[in-house]
Amino acid sequence: MDKKQKRSLTRGIILVVLAAAIAYTVFATATKDKVKVLKVGATAPDFELVDLNGETHRLSDYKGQGVFLNFWGTWCEPCKKEMPAMDRQYTAFKNQGVQTLAINIAQSDFEVQKYIKNLGVSFPVVIDKTKSVMTAYNIYPLPTTILISPEGKVQKIITGEMTEGQIASYMESIKPE
Amino acid sequence: MMEKIICTCNHENPVGTNLCEKCGRPLTTEEQEKKIVDMRYDGIAIRSKTHNKSIIDKIWNFFSSVKIGITLIIITLIAASVGTILPQEFAVRVSSESEKAAYYTDVYGWFGTLYYNLGLADLYSSWWFQIIVGMLGISIIVASIDRGFPLHRSLKNQRVKRHISFMKRQRIIAEGQPSQDGDKTLDLLEQKMKDLKYNVRREDNAILAERGRFARYGPYINHVGLIVFLGAVMLRLLPGFYVDESMWLPEGETRAITGMDGYFLHNDQFILETYDNDPQGEQLKQGVNVVAKNFQSNVTLFKQKEGAVAGQTSDLETVKSYDIRVNHPLKHDGYAIYQMDYRLNQLKTMYFDLVNKETEKSLGRVSIDLTNPQDEYVIDDNTKVQLITYLSDFAGFKDGEPQSASPNPNNPAFVFKMFTPETPEGETSFVMIGQKALEPLGENEHMMKFAGVDTRSMSGLTVRKDKTIPILAIGGLIFMIGVVIGSYWNHRRIWVEQLEDGSIRLAAHTNKNWFSLKKDLDGLTEFAHIPQYTDQADLEKVEVEKEGDNIL
Repeated sequence: MDKKQKRSLTRGIILVVLAAAIAYTVFATATKDKVKVLKVGATAPDFELVDLNGETHRLSDYKGQGVFLNFWGTWCEPCKKEMPAMDRQYTAFKNQGVQTLAINIAQSDFEVQKYIKNLGVSFPVVIDKTKSVMTAYNIYPLPTTILISPEGKVQKIITGEMTEGQIASYMESIKPE
Repeated sequence: MMEKIICTCNHENPVGTNLCEKCGRPLTTEEQEKKIVDMRYDGIAIRSKTHNKSIIDKIWNFFSSVKIGITLIIITLIAASVGTILPQEFAVRVSSESEKAAYYTDVYGWFGTLYYNLGLADLYSSWWFQIIVGMLGISIIVASIDRGFPLHRSLKNQRVKRHISFMKRQRIIAEGQPSQDGDKTLDLLEQKMKDLKYNVRREDNAILAERGRFARYGPYINHVGLIVFLGAVMLRLLPGFYVDESMWLPEGETRAITGMDGYFLHNDQFILETYDNDPQGEQLKQGVNVVAKNFQSNVTLFKQKEGAVAGQTSDLETVKSYDIRVNHPLKHDGYAIYQMDYRLNQLKTMYFDLVNKETEKSLGRVSIDLTNPQDEYVIDDNTKVQLITYLSDFAGFKDGEPQSASPNPNNPAFVFKMFTPETPEGETSFVMIGQKALEPLGENEHMMKFAGVDTRSMSGLTVRKDKTIPILAIGGLIFMIGVVIGSYWNHRRIWVEQLEDGSIRLAAHTNKNWFSLKKDLDGLTEFAHIPQYTDQADLEKVEVEKEGDNIL
């Protein structure tokens, strides 16, 4: 390789590296708010919360099963709308290895208990009193649903209300083989 | 085959060279026509000017141009100043993206809309602004490589003896017989030059004296500093380097700290102190009633046990208690938690008296902790109040059902069932703030009479971690060192040759501060009895104040 070719190569490499740095900066800024902590494909952060019946639920205990994780609040309208549908699908899928867990964000026991009793849903409901799980999952809008595969990976993040058909197909997608 | 320019001294110079690298003869007609040579880069071939063929070379040459660099700086400055016309997004107190867009339209009209859509409202995150700054970074790097390395090589390989055409084209020249001691002139010059702290090289009958060569590296050093600085800013985008989060923490609550995994913060108390002076002077003029003296959050920091997972808060370990005040953040493990904001008078507990409407006699008082309402409040064996529904932020009815707009106790509403000895069946009442209670199931004998509230405050805290600060500081330091080197030192060179007939030919150059160079020369002239020098720039009345080396 003569001197000229070598110089062109060096220049090319320098320019490509610098261009890549700019591209990364622009990309990282553009996606900063959306995927700060939790990314699809990442390992779902383990957590442990107690449900309304006093039973402890630990995510890692459900390894081998799909987990349908729904973050909600009593004041959130779409959360309320999708709950009965979620309950029907929970009943249909719970024996097929898909676990449903509804996580309330730091509301009082009274509010959550009354609400759940009113709706008459049967899936386990836990309260994230310290917003610890919410922080770990970087939840911002409610409702947000996280689909966790039997391998414990985040398969999909859904923000906003879901129809019953969507819920069913989501649960189907995390069913163990 | 690389093209070469071969000087009459037989030295091969790269294409684009203005002054022969070896003897200093001007090689281009342009240079030959000049009375004083351009010494900015010592006449070297600037790399980008040597080839201009492939696309890589073309891009390279684009960024190497000082004109392009300056244009990019000007664009950056203009964009940054336009970005200060309207407030930036982070200063606008709305939460969602659509609200932000609406804010700019509502407040500033079409200009606000345009401003927002162009990304000027969040300038540093705009892709086009980042690309411009990035291009500026490339320009700095490329231009420095292009000039710095050849300049370094040229300065390192300087010849002592230069050709007459080089010498004569320097700004300061002297020629003629020494007035006395002609045979000792070079020795005297060397001695005096050394006294003046010059590095002196002597070859045969020629001398090159040089001082402060490192000053030429100043601009390149400050460019390195700039690049380190830019790199550090970029590092903030990588996970783990930079955290800047905010959280609300009500008094008495424990919350996971946003961005600080495994840590929890409990708000023991928020304190707002004000000066209790009578308003006077400016304070009165501006209509300010009270002036804040202190904002303080007394907090306790907890950490989860090793190996604990999110949500496990039963056995937290106390790390420390701290009083966070403005400018006195709680610091731990590279993180700092700052007092940023507060909200006073958040409802915490509400008191109601169970009252007989007719006699207005109270049967007892219940206190409802809004953070933990109970199903039942027992006053005595036959008197109790059941809480049927609690709405934290009552927002009207929908399909006959009361709705809450948020989880915050902004407008609490309750459905009570009151049991008294006279009404063992219970009476239902819907109680709201500031409105008459509803009695949906018929008129009641009793009512829940509002009897007071306890409030609490909320601390607005900001969580920060910035591992890039040391790198930023190093970048800044390198930059300043470069600036200082380039500004306070200068590169002076004096070439001297004694010809066969004993006459002296002298030429001198400095990249700045000609005055000091002339002072040095005055000393030399007197000491070695050499002829008086002339400044060709003065003679030609050419206004040459080449201080340009600061730019590159």
